[in-house]
Amino acid sequence: MTMQYYQFKPLNVGRWIIWSLFALVLAVVPMVFTSSLSHTMLSQMGIAIIVCLSYNMLLGQGGMLSFGHAVYSGMGSFLAIHTLNLVSKGSLPLPVSLIPIVGGLSAVLVAVILGWVTTKKAATPFAMITLGVGELVWSSALMFPEFFGGEGGVSGNRVTGSKPFGITYGPQIELYYLIALYTIICTALMFAFTRTPLGRMLNAVRDNPERVAFVGYDTQMVRYIAFIIAAFFAGISGGLAALNFEIVTSEVVSGYRSGAYLLFTFLGGATFFFGPIIGGIVMVLAFVLLSEFTKAWLLYLGLIFLFMVMYAPGGIASLVMMNLRVAAFGKLRQLWVSYLALTACALVLLVGAGAMIEMVYHLQLSTTVGSELKFLGIALNAHSLNSWFGSAFVMLTGLGLFELTRRQFAREWSEIQEYIEKESKRREAL
Amino acid sequence: MADYALELKDLRKSFGKTEIIRGVNLAVTAGERVGIIGPNGAGKSTLFNLISGRFEPSSGDVLLGGQRINGKKPFEINRLGLSRSFQITNIFPKLSVFENLRCGVLWALGYKYTFLKFLADLDDANERAEELMQMIKLDKKRDVLAINLAYAEQRALEIGLTIAGAAKVILLDEPTAGMSKSETGSFIKLIKDVTVGKTLLTVEHDMDVVFGLADKIAVLVYGEVLAFDVPEAVRANPRVQDAYLGSVVADSQASLIS
Repeated sequence: MTMQYYQFKPLNVGRWIIWSLFALVLAVVPMVFTSSLSHTMLSQMGIAIIVCLSYNMLLGQGGMLSFGHAVYSGMGSFLAIHTLNLVSKGSLPLPVSLIPIVGGLSAVLVAVILGWVTTKKAATPFAMITLGVGELVWSSALMFPEFFGGEGGVSGNRVTGSKPFGITYGPQIELYYLIALYTIICTALMFAFTRTPLGRMLNAVRDNPERVAFVGYDTQMVRYIAFIIAAFFAGISGGLAALNFEIVTSEVVSGYRSGAYLLFTFLGGATFFFGPIIGGIVMVLAFVLLSEFTKAWLLYLGLIFLFMVMYAPGGIASLVMMNLRVAAFGKLRQLWVSYLALTACALVLLVGAGAMIEMVYHLQLSTTVGSELKFLGIALNAHSLNSWFGSAFVMLTGLGLFELTRRQFAREWSEIQEYIEKESKRREAL
Repeated sequence: MADYALELKDLRKSFGKTEIIRGVNLAVTAGERVGIIGPNGAGKSTLFNLISGRFEPSSGDVLLGGQRINGKKPFEINRLGLSRSFQITNIFPKLSVFENLRCGVLWALGYKYTFLKFLADLDDANERAEELMQMIKLDKKRDVLAINLAYAEQRALEIGLTIAGAAKVILLDEPTAGMSKSETGSFIKLIKDVTVGKTLLTVEHDMDVVFGLADKIAVLVYGEVLAFDVPEAVRANPRVQDAYLGSVVADSQASLIS
């Protein structure tokens, strides 16, 4: 048989480099950020990356807008913590490092049952059913305290069972490396999935379900199997979370949690495989750092989300890829000035808006400590007209400047895009 | 009886009180190319939708190779060996030409829902997709997304996707719709080439296309088959001529009222 040109698969150097780098980053990053807070956050990022990637199997690859993905990660968490407690009691000889797999398999079981109903429909009915199923599971979490632990949740202790090579998972760093190992394996498996017949047909179902039926595939079955596989990885993530926090409360199956998965997967970018990795990282940064920084963090998050949906619906990943494309044509340097100007104006705008938001929050929540507050080192008085006027002035100045630079940027951007179109046509013709 | 590749027996379809298909009988021998013509609203597309499982017939039977297929779902009918194209281009817009065609061959080659094999390792599927790509003359556009193709190329991809599987009976719904005259000529030749040995049913408005493509022609007027014969005989048939001049249509309407 003659060699044909699509058989290039064994020597994809670029791919090997990227995966090795990913593994290296996972291995080295806790040595760079050595504080216990950063180890906690890094562990949570691994967990978030897995669950956002699994969510994107549905959203990005299958066009399934699920409002109930936390059901599967959450059920994984609950079964993992119960399994952990069985191990602690000595009634189950299972190493702690395999408990996330138990989480994954139990999520599969749940998805086999609930997914059958959910994936009967596509598009909006699908979204509605996931919402209903999510509510159902969340309300049963309150009804069955024996399993879900009621308001206090179910707690466990991960330092138990056999201790191979002296690894107890007591110190956070040992657990981090377990999570990192799961993260890279799960990411690789989920990437591999996109290269299989089912993975490709899932894209086809997303784009044109009717035609899929006319090439012999049952669209419902494609969605159902993909749904179960996504649940498996969500369950693994849930199992890791159970080990990480050593407590599981009913919040993990809530619609609030499902919404967060959707929000951050979208923010990271659903149209690229690596988008949800960014999404997962941003999710932990927002939940841990932003919430420390300000009480109004959910409001800021909402504003960011709004901004992204309106101006960059492809998420951060698409912004990265668009700029890489510009860079590949050697045009990124032209945009630096604009980017700097945009950032500066956005910061001015943000400072003004931020000051007003903080004053409103201060008036609503902290009036007992007086009307004085500090914002970025500046003393503001929520009752003084000067503070309000100053903040508004800063914000409006920022807004005006931002709009001006944005117009300039849009012009430059479209010029560059035109150039790239022309250039790529020219290269194609060669 | 089972010698027929496709057989329609007293097929009827109503939407509400309106009967669109009013007792169609048609028997197509394996390997035959049949053109279906008729005025607008005669029920040509509805007929295709009934055969391919998009709609369920109100009564009557559709037999594929002697087997009853009415009531089956489109994907089941496709697996039994019937494939169709669409009047409005119906491809996978965000997949490349190659990926489109590969999606078309996977089920027929038995890969089903597997997620334990890499697409790149499926030599037979890849070779078949490459082969199809050459047949429809899109091998130079291998990695172009379907949405970025020119209209005529999308129509060719539509045909490619239709013949990709193992289907022996092919339904083409206005394959040349929206094409220029010059494009149509070469496209007819392409359709002939890629459907060699298969049973073909084509709905067409363009008479030149039909007479150039079909071994036999079925004339559908107001949900009934007016004539089913070789092209010369159909052309000479006075009832068909009348139908296209409009008088038979008026007659059948009159008989409906009375």
